[in-house]
Amino acid sequence: MNKEQIIDALKTIVQPYSEETSALAHIDENTDFINDLKINSANLVDIILDIEEKFNIEIDNDSMAKMLNVKATTDIIAAKLEARAGQ
Amino acid sequence: MDNRVVITGLGVCAPNGTTLAEFSEAIKNGISGIRHQPDLEALNFSCQIAGKPELSEERVSQYFTPLELRNLNSSGIVYGVIAGLDAWKDAGLTIENNDEPDWNSGTIFGAGTSGIDKFRWAINKIDDLEIRKLGSSVVIQTMASGVSAFISGKLGLGNQVSTNSSACATGAESILLAYERIKTGQATKMLAGSTSDSGPYIWGGFDAMKVCTFKHNHEPEKGSRPMSETASGFVPGSGAGALVLESLESALAREAKIYGEVLGGNINSGGQRGLGTMTAPNPVAVQRCIKAALQNAGIKASEIDVINGHLTATTKDALEIANWKEALQLPAERFPYINSLKGMIGHCIAASGSIECVASILELSEGFIFPNINCEDLSVEIKTLIPEKSIPQTLIQQPINILAKASFGFGDINACVIFKKYTS
Repeated sequence: MNKEQIIDALKTIVQPYSEETSALAHIDENTDFINDLKINSANLVDIILDIEEKFNIEIDNDSMAKMLNVKATTDIIAAKLEARAGQ
Repeated sequence: MDNRVVITGLGVCAPNGTTLAEFSEAIKNGISGIRHQPDLEALNFSCQIAGKPELSEERVSQYFTPLELRNLNSSGIVYGVIAGLDAWKDAGLTIENNDEPDWNSGTIFGAGTSGIDKFRWAINKIDDLEIRKLGSSVVIQTMASGVSAFISGKLGLGNQVSTNSSACATGAESILLAYERIKTGQATKMLAGSTSDSGPYIWGGFDAMKVCTFKHNHEPEKGSRPMSETASGFVPGSGAGALVLESLESALAREAKIYGEVLGGNINSGGQRGLGTMTAPNPVAVQRCIKAALQNAGIKASEIDVINGHLTATTKDALEIANWKEALQLPAERFPYINSLKGMIGHCIAASGSIECVASILELSEGFIFPNINCEDLSVEIKTLIPEKSIPQTLIQQPINILAKASFGFGDINACVIFKKYTS
Protein backbone atom coordinates (compact mmCIF):
# COMPACT_ATOMS: atom_id res chain seq x y z
CA MET A 1 0.00 0.00 0.00
CA ASN A 2 1.60 3.31 -1.09
CA LYS A 3 1.25 6.68 0.60
CA GLU A 4 -1.55 7.90 -1.68
CA GLN A 5 -3.58 4.80 -0.93
CA ILE A 6 -3.04 5.27 2.82
CA ILE A 7 -4.09 8.94 2.60
CA ASP A 8 -7.20 7.93 0.66
CA ALA A 9 -8.13 5.40 3.32
CA LEU A 10 -7.44 7.98 6.04
CA LYS A 11 -9.75 10.43 4.32
CA THR A 12 -12.64 7.97 4.61
CA ILE A 13 -11.80 7.33 8.27
CA VAL A 14 -11.63 10.96 9.41
CA GLN A 15 -14.58 12.16 7.35
CA PRO A 16 -17.31 11.49 10.00
CA TYR A 17 -15.29 13.38 12.63
CA SER A 18 -15.02 16.65 10.73
CA GLU A 19 -17.53 19.17 9.46
CA GLU A 20 -14.90 21.12 7.47
CA THR A 21 -15.99 20.01 4.02
CA SER A 22 -13.51 22.11 2.10
CA ALA A 23 -10.52 21.02 4.23
CA LEU A 24 -11.69 17.41 3.88
CA ALA A 25 -11.86 17.73 0.11
CA HIS A 26 -8.29 19.01 -0.03
CA ILE A 27 -6.76 16.63 2.45
CA ASP A 28 -3.02 16.07 1.88
CA GLU A 29 0.18 15.35 3.83
CA ASN A 30 0.14 18.81 5.40
CA THR A 31 -3.37 18.58 6.81
CA ASP A 32 -3.54 18.89 10.60
CA PHE A 33 -6.40 17.03 12.33
CA ILE A 34 -7.11 19.68 14.94
CA ASN A 35 -6.17 22.95 13.22
CA ASP A 36 -7.40 22.20 9.70
CA LEU A 37 -10.12 19.59 10.16
CA LYS A 38 -11.26 21.01 13.56
CA ILE A 39 -11.59 17.51 14.98
CA ASN A 40 -12.47 17.39 18.68
CA SER A 41 -9.27 16.21 20.39
CA ALA A 42 -11.30 13.62 22.34
CA ASN A 43 -12.14 11.96 19.02
CA LEU A 44 -8.47 11.36 18.10
CA VAL A 45 -8.56 8.10 20.07
CA ASP A 46 -11.59 7.00 18.06
CA ILE A 47 -9.72 7.72 14.82
CA ILE A 48 -6.79 5.59 16.04
CA LEU A 49 -9.20 2.71 16.78
CA ASP A 50 -10.69 3.05 13.29
CA ILE A 51 -7.18 3.03 11.78
CA GLU A 52 -6.24 -0.10 13.73
CA GLU A 53 -9.30 -1.86 12.46
CA LYS A 54 -8.94 -0.71 8.85
CA PHE A 55 -5.22 -1.57 8.49
CA ASN A 56 -5.20 -4.49 10.93
CA ILE A 57 -2.33 -3.02 12.92
CA GLU A 58 -1.82 -2.08 16.56
CA ILE A 59 -0.71 1.41 17.49
CA ASP A 60 1.31 1.88 20.69
CA ASN A 61 0.89 4.86 23.04
CA ASP A 62 4.07 6.63 21.84
CA SER A 63 3.01 6.48 18.19
CA MET A 64 -0.50 7.56 19.12
CA ALA A 65 0.80 10.75 20.73
CA LYS A 66 2.44 11.72 17.40
CA MET A 67 -0.58 11.13 15.19
CA LEU A 68 -1.88 14.70 15.03
CA ASN A 69 -1.57 15.30 11.29
CA VAL A 70 -1.79 13.35 8.06
CA LYS A 71 1.98 13.17 7.48
CA ALA A 72 2.89 11.68 10.87
CA THR A 73 -0.10 9.35 10.76
CA THR A 74 0.71 8.11 7.27
CA ASP A 75 4.36 7.50 8.21
CA ILE A 76 3.38 5.52 11.28
CA ILE A 77 0.84 3.44 9.37
CA ALA A 78 3.37 2.77 6.60
CA ALA A 79 6.03 1.74 9.14
CA LYS A 80 3.61 -0.61 10.94
CA LEU A 81 2.50 -2.16 7.66
CA GLU A 82 6.13 -2.67 6.64
CA ALA A 83 7.03 -4.20 9.99
CA ARG A 84 4.11 -6.59 9.64
CA ALA A 85 5.11 -7.53 6.07
CA GLY A 86 8.67 -8.23 7.23
CA GLN A 87 7.57 -10.62 9.98
CA MET B 1 -38.87 41.06 43.92
CA ASP B 2 -39.36 37.40 43.06
CA ASN B 3 -40.13 36.47 39.47
CA ARG B 4 -43.32 34.61 38.66
CA VAL B 5 -42.48 31.38 36.81
CA VAL B 6 -44.54 29.96 33.97
CA ILE B 7 -44.36 26.93 31.72
CA THR B 8 -43.96 27.74 28.05
CA GLY B 9 -42.86 24.46 26.49
CA LEU B 10 -43.49 20.72 26.91
CA GLY B 11 -41.76 17.66 25.53
CA VAL B 12 -42.28 13.98 26.27
CA CYS B 13 -40.91 10.61 25.34
CA ALA B 14 -43.24 8.15 27.08
CA PRO B 15 -44.19 4.50 26.62
CA ASN B 16 -47.63 5.56 25.32
CA GLY B 17 -46.54 8.50 23.18
CA THR B 18 -43.28 10.04 22.00
CA THR B 19 -44.73 13.34 20.78
CA LEU B 20 -46.86 15.76 22.76
CA ALA B 21 -49.86 15.19 20.47
CA GLU B 22 -49.61 11.39 20.65
CA PHE B 23 -49.15 11.47 24.44
CA SER B 24 -52.05 13.88 24.98
CA GLU B 25 -54.34 11.65 22.94
CA ALA B 26 -53.16 8.53 24.79
CA ILE B 27 -53.69 9.87 28.31
CA LYS B 28 -57.19 11.16 27.49
CA ASN B 29 -58.18 7.76 26.16
CA GLY B 30 -56.50 5.65 28.83
CA ILE B 31 -54.15 4.01 26.34
CA SER B 32 -51.54 1.76 27.91
CA GLY B 33 -47.91 1.72 26.81
CA ILE B 34 -47.10 -1.46 28.74
CA ARG B 35 -45.84 -4.34 26.56
CA HIS B 36 -44.46 -7.82 27.01
CA GLN B 37 -40.65 -7.64 26.87
CA PRO B 38 -39.03 -10.74 25.33
CA ASP B 39 -35.59 -9.83 26.73
CA LEU B 40 -36.95 -9.83 30.29
CA GLU B 41 -38.58 -13.21 29.72
CA ALA B 42 -35.36 -14.64 28.27
CA LEU B 43 -33.47 -13.44 31.36
CA ASN B 44 -35.94 -15.12 33.77
CA PHE B 45 -37.37 -11.91 35.20
CA SER B 46 -40.39 -12.38 37.45
CA CYS B 47 -41.95 -9.30 35.86
CA GLN B 48 -41.71 -9.64 32.07
CA ILE B 49 -43.73 -6.56 31.15
CA ALA B 50 -42.55 -2.96 31.01
CA GLY B 51 -43.13 0.47 29.50
CA LYS B 52 -40.65 1.62 26.86
CA PRO B 53 -40.95 4.52 24.39
CA GLU B 54 -41.16 3.29 20.80
CA LEU B 55 -38.79 5.26 18.56
CA SER B 56 -37.79 4.63 14.96
CA GLU B 57 -34.17 5.01 13.89
CA GLU B 58 -35.30 7.79 11.61
CA ARG B 59 -36.81 9.75 14.50
CA VAL B 60 -33.67 9.37 16.63
CA SER B 61 -31.47 10.52 13.75
CA GLN B 62 -33.29 13.87 13.72
CA TYR B 63 -31.77 14.69 17.12
CA PHE B 64 -28.21 13.32 16.89
CA THR B 65 -25.37 13.70 14.40
CA PRO B 66 -24.17 10.57 12.55
CA LEU B 67 -21.00 10.70 14.66
CA GLU B 68 -22.96 10.84 17.93
CA LEU B 69 -25.10 7.93 16.75
CA ARG B 70 -22.08 5.73 15.98
CA ASN B 71 -21.51 4.40 19.48
CA LEU B 72 -24.64 5.69 21.19
CA ASN B 73 -25.90 3.10 23.65
CA SER B 74 -27.65 5.13 26.33
CA SER B 75 -31.42 5.00 26.03
CA GLY B 76 -31.81 7.61 28.78
CA ILE B 77 -29.78 10.16 26.83
CA VAL B 78 -31.83 9.44 23.69
CA TYR B 79 -35.14 9.93 25.55
CA GLY B 80 -33.91 13.02 27.41
CA VAL B 81 -32.54 14.75 24.32
CA ILE B 82 -35.75 14.07 22.36
CA ALA B 83 -38.03 15.34 25.15
CA GLY B 84 -35.74 18.28 25.93
CA LEU B 85 -35.31 19.51 22.37
CA ASP B 86 -39.02 19.02 21.64
CA ALA B 87 -39.91 21.12 24.70
CA TRP B 88 -37.52 23.85 23.56
CA LYS B 89 -39.09 23.91 20.08
CA ASP B 90 -42.59 23.77 21.58
CA ALA B 91 -41.72 26.92 23.54
CA GLY B 92 -41.07 28.63 20.22
CA LEU B 93 -37.34 28.78 20.90
CA THR B 94 -34.90 28.13 18.12
CA ILE B 95 -32.16 25.55 17.97
CA GLU B 96 -29.56 27.29 15.93
CA ASN B 97 -25.81 27.36 15.73
CA ASN B 98 -25.46 30.31 18.04
CA ASP B 99 -21.78 31.14 18.51
CA GLU B 100 -22.37 32.75 21.87
CA PRO B 101 -23.85 30.66 24.74
CA ASP B 102 -27.32 31.73 25.89
CA TRP B 103 -26.17 33.03 29.29
CA ASN B 104 -29.70 33.32 30.70
CA SER B 105 -30.86 29.78 29.87
CA GLY B 106 -29.84 26.57 31.63
CA THR B 107 -31.09 23.10 32.44
CA ILE B 108 -31.67 20.88 35.45
CA PHE B 109 -32.25 17.52 33.81
CA GLY B 110 -32.32 14.64 36.25
CA ALA B 111 -31.41 10.98 35.95
CA GLY B 112 -31.07 7.97 38.25
CA THR B 113 -28.14 6.55 36.35
CA SER B 114 -26.88 7.03 32.83
CA GLY B 115 -26.08 4.74 29.92
CA ILE B 116 -26.34 1.50 31.84
CA ASP B 117 -26.02 -0.58 28.62
CA LYS B 118 -22.94 1.43 27.66
CA PHE B 119 -21.52 0.85 31.12
CA ARG B 120 -22.06 -2.90 30.80
CA TRP B 121 -20.29 -2.91 27.42
CA ALA B 122 -17.36 -0.94 28.85
CA ILE B 123 -17.05 -3.18 31.90
CA ASN B 124 -16.97 -6.28 29.71
CA LYS B 125 -14.27 -4.73 27.50
CA ILE B 126 -12.15 -3.85 30.54
CA ASP B 127 -12.52 -7.34 32.00
CA ASP B 128 -11.52 -8.79 28.61
CA LEU B 129 -8.27 -6.74 28.79
CA GLU B 130 -9.41 -4.47 25.96
CA ILE B 131 -9.45 -1.17 27.78
CA ARG B 132 -7.87 0.64 24.83
CA LYS B 133 -10.89 -0.26 22.70
CA LEU B 134 -13.26 1.88 24.80
CA GLY B 135 -12.77 4.98 22.67
CA SER B 136 -14.04 8.40 23.69
CA SER B 137 -17.77 7.70 24.04
CA VAL B 138 -17.93 5.88 27.40
CA VAL B 139 -17.50 8.76 29.83
CA ILE B 140 -19.93 11.15 28.16
CA GLN B 141 -22.65 8.51 28.06
CA THR B 142 -22.14 7.01 31.52
CA MET B 143 -21.53 10.14 33.59
CA ALA B 144 -24.72 10.87 35.53
CA SER B 145 -24.88 14.33 33.95
CA GLY B 146 -24.58 12.93 30.40
CA VAL B 147 -28.14 13.89 29.56
CA SER B 148 -27.84 17.52 30.62
CA ALA B 149 -24.45 17.78 28.90
CA PHE B 150 -25.87 16.50 25.60
CA ILE B 151 -28.90 18.81 25.79
CA SER B 152 -26.84 21.83 26.71
CA GLY B 153 -24.44 21.31 23.81
CA LYS B 154 -27.31 21.12 21.36
CA LEU B 155 -29.01 24.26 22.71
CA GLY B 156 -25.90 26.26 23.58
CA LEU B 157 -27.04 26.84 27.18
CA GLY B 158 -24.86 29.23 29.16
CA ASN B 159 -26.53 29.23 32.58
CA GLN B 160 -26.49 26.39 35.13
CA VAL B 161 -26.29 22.97 33.46
CA SER B 162 -26.78 20.15 35.94
CA THR B 163 -28.34 16.77 36.62
CA ASN B 164 -30.20 16.18 39.85
CA SER B 165 -30.76 12.71 41.27
CA SER B 166 -33.26 11.81 43.99
CA ALA B 167 -34.61 8.40 42.97
CA CYS B 168 -38.29 8.51 41.98
CA ALA B 169 -38.61 12.12 43.16
CA THR B 170 -36.02 13.26 40.59
CA GLY B 171 -38.48 14.61 38.01
CA ALA B 172 -40.57 16.67 40.41
CA GLU B 173 -37.41 17.91 42.11
CA SER B 174 -35.90 19.08 38.80
CA ILE B 175 -38.90 21.36 38.28
CA LEU B 176 -38.62 22.88 41.74
CA LEU B 177 -34.86 23.44 41.36
CA ALA B 178 -35.37 25.13 37.99
CA TYR B 179 -38.27 27.14 39.42
CA GLU B 180 -36.11 28.47 42.27
CA ARG B 181 -33.40 29.52 39.83
CA ILE B 182 -35.81 31.66 37.82
CA LYS B 183 -37.78 32.90 40.80
CA THR B 184 -34.60 34.28 42.38
CA GLY B 185 -33.54 35.98 39.16
CA GLN B 186 -30.51 33.80 38.42
CA ALA B 187 -31.87 32.57 35.09
CA THR B 188 -34.61 33.57 32.65
CA LYS B 189 -35.34 30.15 31.14
CA MET B 190 -34.60 26.71 32.51
CA LEU B 191 -35.28 23.38 30.84
CA ALA B 192 -36.48 21.10 33.66
CA GLY B 193 -36.99 17.39 33.26
CA SER B 194 -35.69 13.92 33.89
CA THR B 195 -34.94 10.69 32.10
CA SER B 196 -34.65 6.99 32.84
CA ASP B 197 -32.93 4.19 30.87
CA SER B 198 -34.79 1.14 29.58
CA GLY B 199 -33.86 -2.48 29.88
CA PRO B 200 -32.98 -5.41 32.12
CA TYR B 201 -29.93 -3.83 33.74
CA ILE B 202 -31.87 -0.87 35.11
CA TRP B 203 -34.98 -2.84 36.05
CA GLY B 204 -33.26 -5.99 37.38
CA GLY B 205 -32.65 -4.67 40.88
CA PHE B 206 -36.33 -3.86 41.34
CA ASP B 207 -37.34 -7.29 40.05
CA ALA B 208 -35.02 -8.90 42.59
CA MET B 209 -36.53 -6.80 45.41
CA LYS B 210 -39.93 -8.30 44.46
CA VAL B 211 -41.50 -4.86 44.21
CA CYS B 212 -42.66 -5.48 40.61
CA THR B 213 -45.78 -7.46 39.71
CA PHE B 214 -45.31 -10.99 38.37
CA LYS B 215 -49.03 -11.70 37.94
CA HIS B 216 -49.75 -10.06 34.60
CA ASN B 217 -47.12 -11.32 32.17
CA HIS B 218 -49.92 -12.66 29.96
CA GLU B 219 -51.89 -9.39 29.99
CA PRO B 220 -49.37 -6.49 29.94
CA GLU B 221 -51.92 -3.69 29.61
CA LYS B 222 -53.73 -4.85 32.77
CA GLY B 223 -50.52 -5.16 34.79
CA SER B 224 -50.08 -1.68 36.23
CA ARG B 225 -52.97 -1.24 38.69
CA PRO B 226 -52.65 1.82 40.95
CA MET B 227 -55.37 2.03 43.64
CA SER B 228 -56.76 -1.38 42.66
CA GLU B 229 -57.64 -4.10 45.17
CA THR B 230 -55.54 -6.43 42.99
CA ALA B 231 -52.50 -4.12 42.75
CA SER B 232 -49.55 -6.46 43.18
CA GLY B 233 -46.45 -4.35 42.54
CA PHE B 234 -45.34 -1.78 40.01
CA VAL B 235 -44.55 -2.28 36.34
CA PRO B 236 -41.18 -0.76 35.39
CA GLY B 237 -41.14 1.97 32.81
CA SER B 238 -38.74 4.37 31.10
CA GLY B 239 -38.68 7.56 29.09
CA ALA B 240 -38.32 11.28 29.70
CA GLY B 241 -40.38 14.39 30.28
CA ALA B 242 -39.30 18.01 29.84
CA LEU B 243 -40.76 21.42 30.65
CA VAL B 244 -39.47 24.87 29.69
CA LEU B 245 -39.81 27.13 32.73
CA GLU B 246 -39.51 30.83 32.11
CA SER B 247 -40.00 34.08 33.97
CA LEU B 248 -43.46 35.51 33.32
CA GLU B 249 -41.83 38.73 32.22
CA SER B 250 -39.76 36.97 29.54
CA ALA B 251 -42.72 34.87 28.35
CA LEU B 252 -44.94 37.95 28.01
CA ALA B 253 -42.22 39.97 26.29
CA ARG B 254 -41.83 37.38 23.54
CA GLU B 255 -45.57 36.63 23.44
CA ALA B 256 -44.99 32.95 24.21
CA LYS B 257 -47.80 30.45 24.69
CA ILE B 258 -48.23 29.97 28.46
CA TYR B 259 -49.38 26.52 29.59
CA GLY B 260 -49.54 27.24 33.31
CA GLU B 261 -47.74 28.65 36.29
CA VAL B 262 -45.54 27.03 38.92
CA LEU B 263 -46.88 28.45 42.17
CA GLY B 264 -44.37 26.76 44.43
CA GLY B 265 -43.71 23.50 46.22
CA ASN B 266 -41.60 21.70 48.74
CA ILE B 267 -38.85 19.08 48.93
CA ASN B 268 -38.06 17.20 52.13
CA SER B 269 -36.99 13.90 53.63
CA GLY B 270 -38.29 11.68 56.40
CA GLY B 271 -34.71 11.07 57.48
CA GLN B 272 -35.40 7.32 57.57
CA ARG B 273 -36.74 7.85 61.06
CA GLY B 274 -40.07 6.80 62.54
CA LEU B 275 -41.80 4.60 59.95
CA GLY B 276 -39.40 5.85 57.27
CA THR B 277 -36.67 3.53 55.96
CA MET B 278 -34.45 3.41 52.89
CA THR B 279 -37.44 2.13 50.91
CA ALA B 280 -40.53 3.15 52.92
CA PRO B 281 -41.82 6.68 53.44
CA ASN B 282 -42.08 8.36 56.80
CA PRO B 283 -45.75 9.50 56.72
CA VAL B 284 -44.99 12.50 58.92
CA ALA B 285 -42.54 13.77 56.28
CA VAL B 286 -44.95 13.12 53.38
CA GLN B 287 -47.68 15.11 55.12
CA ARG B 288 -45.28 17.92 56.03
CA CYS B 289 -44.09 18.09 52.42
CA ILE B 290 -47.63 18.46 51.09
CA LYS B 291 -48.59 21.06 53.74
CA ALA B 292 -45.38 23.03 53.19
CA ALA B 293 -45.96 22.99 49.42
CA LEU B 294 -49.42 24.52 49.89
CA GLN B 295 -48.02 27.14 52.21
CA ASN B 296 -45.16 27.94 49.85
CA ALA B 297 -47.60 28.30 46.96
CA GLY B 298 -49.91 30.45 49.06
CA ILE B 299 -53.03 28.34 48.53
CA LYS B 300 -55.54 26.52 50.73
CA ALA B 301 -56.19 22.77 50.49
CA SER B 302 -59.76 23.47 49.40
CA GLU B 303 -58.47 25.20 46.27
CA ILE B 304 -56.89 22.00 44.86
CA ASP B 305 -58.94 20.61 41.98
CA VAL B 306 -56.79 17.64 41.06
CA ILE B 307 -54.00 15.63 42.68
CA ASN B 308 -51.58 13.77 40.45
CA GLY B 309 -50.34 11.12 42.86
CA HIS B 310 -47.19 9.07 43.06
CA LEU B 311 -49.40 5.93 43.36
CA THR B 312 -47.21 3.17 41.96
CA ALA B 313 -49.58 0.16 42.32
CA THR B 314 -48.03 -1.38 45.39
CA THR B 315 -49.70 -1.95 48.75
CA LYS B 316 -48.46 1.53 49.73
CA ASP B 317 -51.10 3.28 47.58
CA ALA B 318 -53.60 3.36 50.46
CA LEU B 319 -50.96 4.85 52.76
CA GLU B 320 -50.34 7.60 50.21
CA ILE B 321 -54.06 8.41 50.06
CA ALA B 322 -54.20 8.46 53.87
CA ASN B 323 -51.26 10.89 53.86
CA TRP B 324 -52.96 13.23 51.39
CA LYS B 325 -56.15 13.08 53.44
CA GLU B 326 -54.35 13.84 56.67
CA ALA B 327 -52.31 16.67 55.10
CA LEU B 328 -55.26 18.34 53.37
CA GLN B 329 -57.71 18.04 56.30
CA LEU B 330 -60.73 18.23 54.00
CA PRO B 331 -64.08 16.49 54.62
CA ALA B 332 -64.11 13.21 52.66
CA GLU B 333 -66.78 14.40 50.22
CA ARG B 334 -64.64 17.45 49.35
CA PHE B 335 -61.50 15.43 48.60
CA PRO B 336 -60.14 16.53 45.16
CA TYR B 337 -59.97 14.31 42.10
CA ILE B 338 -56.88 12.09 42.20
CA ASN B 339 -55.25 10.19 39.38
CA SER B 340 -52.14 8.17 38.60
CA LEU B 341 -50.54 8.01 35.18
CA LYS B 342 -48.67 4.86 36.18
CA GLY B 343 -51.67 2.71 35.21
CA MET B 344 -50.88 3.58 31.58
CA ILE B 345 -47.07 3.89 31.51
CA GLY B 346 -45.85 2.00 34.58
CA HIS B 347 -43.38 3.49 36.99
CA CYS B 348 -40.77 5.35 34.92
CA ILE B 349 -38.45 5.60 37.95
CA ALA B 350 -36.34 8.79 37.68
CA ALA B 351 -38.45 9.96 34.73
CA SER B 352 -41.81 9.35 36.43
CA GLY B 353 -42.15 12.80 37.99
CA SER B 354 -41.35 14.76 34.85
CA ILE B 355 -43.55 12.68 32.52
CA GLU B 356 -46.39 12.94 35.05
CA CYS B 357 -45.88 16.70 35.31
CA VAL B 358 -46.19 17.01 31.52
CA ALA B 359 -49.51 15.13 31.80
CA SER B 360 -50.57 17.42 34.65
CA ILE B 361 -49.80 20.59 32.68
CA LEU B 362 -51.76 19.28 29.69
CA GLU B 363 -54.74 18.69 32.01
CA LEU B 364 -54.50 22.23 33.37
CA SER B 365 -54.06 23.98 30.07
CA GLU B 366 -56.65 21.98 28.11
CA GLY B 367 -59.13 21.45 30.94
CA PHE B 368 -59.46 17.70 31.41
CA ILE B 369 -58.76 15.00 33.97
CA PHE B 370 -57.30 11.82 32.51
CA PRO B 371 -58.92 8.55 33.57
CA ASN B 372 -57.38 6.12 36.04
CA ILE B 373 -57.10 2.75 34.34
CA ASN B 374 -57.01 -0.75 35.85
CA CYS B 375 -58.72 0.19 39.12
CA GLU B 376 -62.24 -0.98 38.26
CA ASP B 377 -61.80 -3.10 41.42
CA LEU B 378 -60.96 -0.15 43.66
CA SER B 379 -58.96 -0.94 46.81
CA VAL B 380 -61.29 -1.57 49.73
CA GLU B 381 -58.99 0.32 52.07
CA ILE B 382 -58.87 3.36 49.76
CA LYS B 383 -62.69 3.31 49.55
CA THR B 384 -62.84 3.75 53.31
CA LEU B 385 -60.67 6.87 53.02
CA ILE B 386 -62.09 8.85 50.09
CA PRO B 387 -65.24 8.69 47.96
CA GLU B 388 -65.15 6.69 44.71
CA LYS B 389 -66.09 9.79 42.74
CA SER B 390 -62.68 11.27 43.57
CA ILE B 391 -61.03 8.53 41.49
CA PRO B 392 -62.32 9.05 37.94
CA GLN B 393 -62.20 6.02 35.65
CA THR B 394 -63.36 7.84 32.55
CA LEU B 395 -62.14 11.07 31.01
CA ILE B 396 -63.58 14.22 32.60
CA GLN B 397 -63.64 17.37 30.51
CA GLN B 398 -63.77 20.35 32.82
CA PRO B 399 -61.66 23.42 33.52
CA ILE B 400 -59.27 22.99 36.42
CA ASN B 401 -57.42 25.72 38.21
CA ILE B 402 -54.98 24.17 40.65
CA LEU B 403 -53.19 20.82 40.50
CA ALA B 404 -50.89 19.29 43.11
CA LYS B 405 -48.26 16.82 41.98
CA ALA B 406 -46.20 14.72 44.36
CA SER B 407 -43.41 12.19 43.86
CA PHE B 408 -41.75 10.08 46.53
CA GLY B 409 -38.46 8.23 46.29
CA PHE B 410 -36.16 5.66 47.85
CA GLY B 411 -34.07 7.26 50.54
CA ASP B 412 -37.31 8.50 52.16
CA ILE B 413 -37.48 11.67 50.06
CA ASN B 414 -40.50 13.67 48.92
CA ALA B 415 -41.29 16.42 46.44
CA CYS B 416 -44.59 18.23 45.89
CA VAL B 417 -45.20 20.88 43.21
CA ILE B 418 -48.25 23.15 42.90
CA PHE B 419 -49.31 24.19 39.39
CA LYS B 420 -51.96 26.76 38.49
CA LYS B 421 -53.74 27.51 35.26
CA TYR B 422 -52.41 30.75 33.82
CA THR B 423 -54.88 33.54 33.28
CA SER B 424 -53.67 36.90 32.07
